[in-house]
Amino acid sequence: MVAAEVFLTFILVLSIFLGFELINKVPSTLHTPLMSGANAISGITLVGAIGLAGTGNQDISNWLGAGAVALATINVVGGYLVTDRMLAMFKKKG
Amino acid sequence: MDMLIQFAYVISAALFIFGLKQLGSPATARRGNMISSLGMLIAIIAALLDQNIVDFQWIVTGIVIGAIIGGAAARLVQMTAMPEMVALFNGFGGMASLLVGWAALNNDAATFTLVTIILSILIGGVTFTGSMIAYGKLSERIGSGAVLFSGQQIVNSLIVLGILGSSVMFCIEPANHTWLYAVIALSLVFGVMAVIPIGGADMPVVISLLNSYSGLAACAAGFAVNNNILIVAGALVGASGIILTQIMCKAMNRSLSNVLFSGFGSGKVETSAVEGEIRPISVQDAYYILEAASTVVIVPGYGMAVAQAQHVVKELSVLLEKNGAEVSFGIHPVAGRMPGHMNVLLAEADVPYDQLLEMDEINPRMDNVDVAIVIGANDVVNPAARDDESSPIYGMPVINVDQARTVFVLKRSMASGFAGIENPLFYKDNTRMLFGDAKESISGLVKEFA
Repeated sequence: MVAAEVFLTFILVLSIFLGFELINKVPSTLHTPLMSGANAISGITLVGAIGLAGTGNQDISNWLGAGAVALATINVVGGYLVTDRMLAMFKKKG
Repeated sequence: MDMLIQFAYVISAALFIFGLKQLGSPATARRGNMISSLGMLIAIIAALLDQNIVDFQWIVTGIVIGAIIGGAAARLVQMTAMPEMVALFNGFGGMASLLVGWAALNNDAATFTLVTIILSILIGGVTFTGSMIAYGKLSERIGSGAVLFSGQQIVNSLIVLGILGSSVMFCIEPANHTWLYAVIALSLVFGVMAVIPIGGADMPVVISLLNSYSGLAACAAGFAVNNNILIVAGALVGASGIILTQIMCKAMNRSLSNVLFSGFGSGKVETSAVEGEIRPISVQDAYYILEAASTVVIVPGYGMAVAQAQHVVKELSVLLEKNGAEVSFGIHPVAGRMPGHMNVLLAEADVPYDQLLEMDEINPRMDNVDVAIVIGANDVVNPAARDDESSPIYGMPVINVDQARTVFVLKRSMASGFAGIENPLFYKDNTRMLFGDAKESISGLVKEFA
């Protein structure tokens, strides 16, 4: 059995290559929405924070996790909404 | 159950990828963003189903507080304030990763986990304070110029050595939290030091880079808590940020290290003296020329954002079209303070995106343009970048407005641009300077047409 670290690193490397391929040809019109949309995705830390904030132990990890949940939610909710607001303004002629 | 959660993560990863792909074209971008948010929702629900969670009180409190703040900010922010908004969100993402890395620390963590904890604290911390400084510079709460002092490189090297040393000590003695606190503190300081020497006009590069860091921090946090979806999503964001950074650097013909370390635009630059005289023009005379023009190109820069002139610019373009002229916009990749800044502002003013042309599209047509109107842009239209080998921006691709028959430059005064470089464009025979506030000047033109 291969160690979990190897699997995680494997996933990391493939995802980075995939990311490069995906985003390579975005027109400059969409650079800002792409950035804020990607920013919303980076709020995925929320998923990690949820596990840490729900242990039920009243210890420092729990508090840190709760703080991370709040900050990451700002990132997720704010990021997606503001991207949608921007994209709603992009219109084609006619 | 755990199996189910992992499969849900696979689905949300696929939705992120598909969503990002659709974000690549204006016609599908909005749907792409929705798909990606659906992926996020699935991932969050899956995380909440985890059976190790016994207490939802803090999770719900955190989510409610975050959703209220994030929702309000997204709704209330002005489009001109978008660069600082993105910087702020980046910073929160970085801080969240720092906290997750810290919280993931327990007494029986393996060395590999300890290393990833350190990485998520380090990248998260740098992203947080770096973004806060970028936010301060963009919102002009602090001076937007480059801050340089003697011995800066030495101080930075010491900080890096300090981070390396404390990190190694932390991995050797994880029970001794002094090293942990040292890494946290030094990362936060390093974020500040990394962004203060970078001036306002280089902000597009910095924001893209911080965007990339916020993704990499999420990635590192994913390693720390052993979670696939964090790694996949973080890596996608990291890659997209790096690509944007590259595009921005290329558009300025500078290397990333030059942008990050040179403190460009902090001092006065020696350039060859410019010959010729300045020819001012009145709004009325500008109107007569515009009325006779059949092709007009508008080249906006950060000055248009500052003057909030995008709506009157749109009005003017409509009037010009009614008058029979063909109007397009020439957008330089680094015009403004973040990638795509001008496109968002003009979209807000209802300018259709197919009227916005990239530099490579507009330059070949410049010979046939009757009037080019430069609004609050300077370095991105400086012909010295093309002709004058001694110029500090020599080699940077620019929009060749000087090749149009007539150029109007809307400008407050004769002060030089951000980079402190003289602009020979202002002294050309076919250039007319329309001095004053951009919004007022254009409103004046609109009134003449009406």
